[in-house]
Amino acid sequence: MFELLGVPPQALFGQVLLGLINGSFYAILSLGLAVIFGLLNIINFTHGAQYMMGAFVAWMCLNYLGLNYWAALLLAPIIVGATGVAVERLLLKRIAHLDHLYGLLLTFGLALIIQGVFRNQYGSSGLPYAIPPQLTGGQNLGFMFLPNYRAWVIVASLVVCLGTWFLIEKTKLGAYLRAATENPTLTQAFGINVPLLVTLTYGFGVALAAFAGVLAAPIYSVNPNMGGDLIIVVFAVVVIGGMGSIMGAIVTGFSLGLIEGLTKVFYPEGAATVIFVIMVLVLLVKPAGLFGRAA
Amino acid sequence: MTDLASAEAPAAGLTLAETDDSTARLHRNLFIAIAAVLVVAPFVAYPVFVMKVLCFALFALAFNLLLGYGGLLSFGHAAYFGMASYVSAYTAKNWGLTPELAILFGTAVGAVLGLVFGSLAIRRQGIYFAMITLALAQMVFFFSLQTPRFTGGEDGIQAVPRGKFLGLISLADDRALYWLVAAIFMGGLLLIYRVIHSPFGQVCKAIRDNEPRAISLGYRANQYKLMVFVLSATLAGLAGATKAIVFQLASLTDVYWTMSGEVVLMTLVGGLGTVFGPIVGAIVIVAMQNYLATLGAWVTVVQGVIFVLCVLLFREGIVGVISKAIKKPL
Repeated sequence: MFELLGVPPQALFGQVLLGLINGSFYAILSLGLAVIFGLLNIINFTHGAQYMMGAFVAWMCLNYLGLNYWAALLLAPIIVGATGVAVERLLLKRIAHLDHLYGLLLTFGLALIIQGVFRNQYGSSGLPYAIPPQLTGGQNLGFMFLPNYRAWVIVASLVVCLGTWFLIEKTKLGAYLRAATENPTLTQAFGINVPLLVTLTYGFGVALAAFAGVLAAPIYSVNPNMGGDLIIVVFAVVVIGGMGSIMGAIVTGFSLGLIEGLTKVFYPEGAATVIFVIMVLVLLVKPAGLFGRAA
Repeated sequence: MTDLASAEAPAAGLTLAETDDSTARLHRNLFIAIAAVLVVAPFVAYPVFVMKVLCFALFALAFNLLLGYGGLLSFGHAAYFGMASYVSAYTAKNWGLTPELAILFGTAVGAVLGLVFGSLAIRRQGIYFAMITLALAQMVFFFSLQTPRFTGGEDGIQAVPRGKFLGLISLADDRALYWLVAAIFMGGLLLIYRVIHSPFGQVCKAIRDNEPRAISLGYRANQYKLMVFVLSATLAGLAGATKAIVFQLASLTDVYWTMSGEVVLMTLVGGLGTVFGPIVGAIVIVAMQNYLATLGAWVTVVQGVIFVLCVLLFREGIVGVISKAIKKPL
């Protein structure tokens, strides 16, 4: 057995894979945050809780309704996205005219409520969710064993991320969205229903988080705290990438996941903090973030 | 522009610069009343509970100095509070330092951490500033989790000796310790009051209200922001270090991001940008946690509901509403 930079290749590629998986989640979540931030100017602190809700809705679909993974993958984003629409209409709308920091505080309070309710209902220990039968097993690539489900997660998140990028950057709807981000009043004057656009955008961003939650359910155990810590790492990813571009969120998400995975191989103690260290370094050199426009 | 506090300033049009004689008299009377309450409190209430309130009130006052008067929403104040708490507990237990030296040590570490994190965070504004402070604080949390030899990991540092004040007066008795904690709190409150009403505080408020204008007037906005950040982190550290001696414990909850959220909540409930609001907020939240403890995880839900209601309906907070009613800044 040969070694690569003093590390067995199995371990190296294993961590690279794990890094890419984490990167998939960072990418979808920071993309959702970027989409919401673009039009609502709110850092959606509830994003982690909404990701957790996605995983729980998948679990409920299976255990209460007998619906399988594929149905959940479609249903959970719709259901959780609908709760997002309700949140925007009932709460966020009322504070839209205030300083944006109030949005952060409101969504923080919401996150506390959602997490508390789920913790009361299901405890903190975590519930198992089986990998769908079509995706069990794996491929032996010669240099490593690639579980099918993990390959699926990476492919699915890439497709969703690029699809979102295409939607926003290349379609007419996306053009309206970008116009509303630039100048809501003027866009409204052209006969575009901006409040509806805002509501749907929030719902879409929340649905992205829920989609990531369903993808995560078979990998991590479904538990009320799964979003809480992840979201703060995603905030760091967002600061590194800069909120300016959709592509920035995707590229930074995947590459930081990868870097984190590699750190786990070469310096395990640093793995939990490497993203924060990179954030500090990026802030020193480029305060607006790698892809961000100057504030 | 992060005019969070100014947008909702309690007595609109009445800034502290225009503080007139009657307001000054009111504030002086309030200070006398607070001092009187501090003297009576340990005899009518459980001293440890009062000390807990005082530690959190000082923490909230420190946070409000930054947000209410500097316009900077830090979402990572648990870092200074918690790290100071660890250092104070560690030095008191393992180096055998006297309590006042342990607290000083913890406070100094809060200041240094504030200087490092502050100089990074003030490079961005508004929401980004909040996210950066949060992420940096989370780094401190992971550090605390991964260095069990220093922090005790999941167990925290337990059985911290309260020691003897100046090596002479034993603080093992709650009443004896109470006077030290009350003195620290009162000192912190007076210092913050002084800072707010000094020329430095006025410049901070000018920067909060309109940073480009303050810069064009020749003020180095970033230096002022950094100074108020360090001051706030130092006082948060003082609160955390004192708490470690009071409870003889430093643990991961003190550095976790929910603690940062709690201090925001206290300030919001009491009244953002008011001098005395954070004290009232701390009393309400700590009392709530104490009396609702039996509800278990529902406490989080209740806190979340208060958060949402405060932001939606009650942005001025308790003291803010009173201040508006009597048309005087509090």
